[in-house]
Amino acid sequence: MSRGMTVIVQSVTRLVAGMLFLFGCYIVLHGHLTPGGGFAGGVLIAAAFILVSLAFGSVENVEQHRYTFSSVFESLGGLGFLAIGLAGYLAGHQFLSNLWPKVGEPLTLFSAGTIPLANIAIAMKVGAGLFAIFLALGASRFVMKD
Amino acid sequence: MVPFIACLLLFLLGLYAIVLKRNIIKIIIGFSLMEYAVNLLFAFIGFKQGAIAPIITRLGMTQDFVDPLPQALVLTSIVIGLATTALMLAFAMRIYEKYHTFDITEIRRLRG
Amino acid sequence: MLPLFIIVPLCGAFLIPLLSRLWKGLADVVGNLVGAVLVGFAVYGVAALAGGSLPAVYAMGGWMPPVGIVLVYDSLTALVVLITNLVGFPALLFSTRYLDQYTGRWKYYSLFMLLLAGLNGVALSGDMFNMFVFIEIAAIASYALVAFGTRAEELESGFKYMVMGEVGSLLILLSVAMLYAHTSTLNMADMARVLQAGGLTPLSWFVLATMLVGFSIKMAMMPFHSWLPDAHLSAPAPVSAMLSGVFIKVLGVYAMSRVVFNVFGLTRSVAPQFFNLLVGLGLLSIIAASLLAINQKDYKRLLAYSTVSQVGYIVLGLGIGNYWAIVGALFHVLSHAVTKGLLFLASRSIERQTGTREIGNLGGLERNMPVTSWSYVLGSLSMSGVPPFAGFFSKLFIIVGAVEARMYWPAIVAGLFSVLTLGYLLKVINNVLFVNRDRNSSLVREAPAPILVALVMLTALALAFGLGFRPVLDWIVNPAAKVLTIPLTYAQMVLGG
Repeated sequence: MSRGMTVIVQSVTRLVAGMLFLFGCYIVLHGHLTPGGGFAGGVLIAAAFILVSLAFGSVENVEQHRYTFSSVFESLGGLGFLAIGLAGYLAGHQFLSNLWPKVGEPLTLFSAGTIPLANIAIAMKVGAGLFAIFLALGASRFVMKD
Repeated sequence: MVPFIACLLLFLLGLYAIVLKRNIIKIIIGFSLMEYAVNLLFAFIGFKQGAIAPIITRLGMTQDFVDPLPQALVLTSIVIGLATTALMLAFAMRIYEKYHTFDITEIRRLRG
Repeated sequence: MLPLFIIVPLCGAFLIPLLSRLWKGLADVVGNLVGAVLVGFAVYGVAALAGGSLPAVYAMGGWMPPVGIVLVYDSLTALVVLITNLVGFPALLFSTRYLDQYTGRWKYYSLFMLLLAGLNGVALSGDMFNMFVFIEIAAIASYALVAFGTRAEELESGFKYMVMGEVGSLLILLSVAMLYAHTSTLNMADMARVLQAGGLTPLSWFVLATMLVGFSIKMAMMPFHSWLPDAHLSAPAPVSAMLSGVFIKVLGVYAMSRVVFNVFGLTRSVAPQFFNLLVGLGLLSIIAASLLAINQKDYKRLLAYSTVSQVGYIVLGLGIGNYWAIVGALFHVLSHAVTKGLLFLASRSIERQTGTREIGNLGGLERNMPVTSWSYVLGSLSMSGVPPFAGFFSKLFIIVGAVEARMYWPAIVAGLFSVLTLGYLLKVINNVLFVNRDRNSSLVREAPAPILVALVMLTALALAFGLGFRPVLDWIVNPAAKVLTIPLTYAQMVLGG
């Protein structure tokens, strides 16, 4: 099996994948200011990885590693979100309370307290999860063997 | 009223595909249709003539916003739809591996 | 305190994939730890609610209702959370030895944790859309768990279950959308105020109809029951115990009664047609499923049909709609959860040790597997309503309610088919456990210790609910029935005044 797609797809992917990833990060980080946020940004980040995977192909070993990494990242993202929620709880407020709602200038990047952090955690969860779904569907021969 | 009826029709179309189609992939498409119908219904519920998207771009805005809550709900239900569609496709793939067909009338190893 | 019911299993679900990479056994440890902690929380919750020391409404993120998302812990929630975790922990304990045949135990435990989080979330949520989200979390986890073995039949029944379950979920989502359009709020208490002020419009009937169909699919009521026997046949036994014991009650019975009684504020005098429909559906489930159960040769499928018929009793009790019938229905939720969980685990223990599920191939197991056999016997007796077990009191209260409401035919049917339940369960007990000793090879041994501990725990609970029915009634069931029979209390409690 020859690995990956044609040279045209591969060159375009080289150009686009990085920008997709960056755009995803932008959407995540500005989630509290503009449309988008953790989920949309995470999907974009996952799309960048999926594009690379599709264009360049891979072998079983690499696929296994990618699956392991994305699964670990997904769990970390979920735990991160819970930790942000619990931080509010342990600080004596309610679960998911915003710890520093007044910090920073409104409508700038550094504002809105823990909401951007929660967005980042969600983006990790969604991006890694979606990539893991892609791997599991596209390469169930390798991955599902455990 | 018309948009709501259109949503219900789309919902019933999806239900039709699920109940009467024999191909697993078409059944999954039917589920997507039903989901989109409900999402569309949510979007219509929040709509208001002449209002703008509910994003605060500067302090002290006075324009009317459309209802932002249904949009948040749609986003959530899209995420759930993603999960169910992915799980169903995974089921479809594994079933194809075992039965070598997508036709549900031939996938009948269970009795009763 | 309240969000911990959801956070702890979620933490478990995310920690298990990470920790099991370090050492595979950690999945068992973390899973069972979470189960034990949740049992502690649930018991503490019931006690604290009785003592009045628990805040009943918890505003997530400090946003007060009706704007913010709230968790509500009233007596009905306490009952549902209690059964979820009381059955969940033995099921997890059972899983430690059950999973020996499968690879990827961390996936199993992770999904199981998500199932627990979803079930607890449905019970606690005071917000319509959040309830739907938790329903979906629990449902998706259960679809994956049913097909966990990934053999051909398991995938087939998993897909069948998923198709039916998702149609139900989407109908529920559709009705949530229309409720939001109608009331402009998602908080269940606020919604109740708007709906009860406006009276029953054609739109509310439409919403009630879609909700009834959606929840009926979730609770496997008779016209929509066909997923349940197949799903039980292929699901791992602890998952069967959760599905039959808890899942269909939380997602179906609890969610429906919360919406019907507390959000719409229906009572028998307001909407007799709806309650008669429930009585009819309940009777249909009792009669048809019992008759189907008698002829089954596979004892797991027999138990699955018996679940459908026992859910019929619960729906019958809710449909009769007076105080004693609702007490009976809720008591039946409690007793059936424990006993059906026990029966599924015990039958899997028999299958594990003998390797067959056909009633005709088994016999005389009592000598070799005394603990499993006697827990099976006690569970069956409780299920079929023999005094002094828990099942007797629940059915008695339903029949008392029916007689009080002057519905003599439902009362007679409920009584007669309770005897029939005893009949088909005795068939299993007699053939598998006591007679036909010649069919039994002496090589069959008793199941390993964790399985026996799980069985003994559930048996003890089934006995305790029966023998100590008075305190159970006073502390758990009666307050929960009051929540349902006095519809306005819910909205007043959440919104304050």
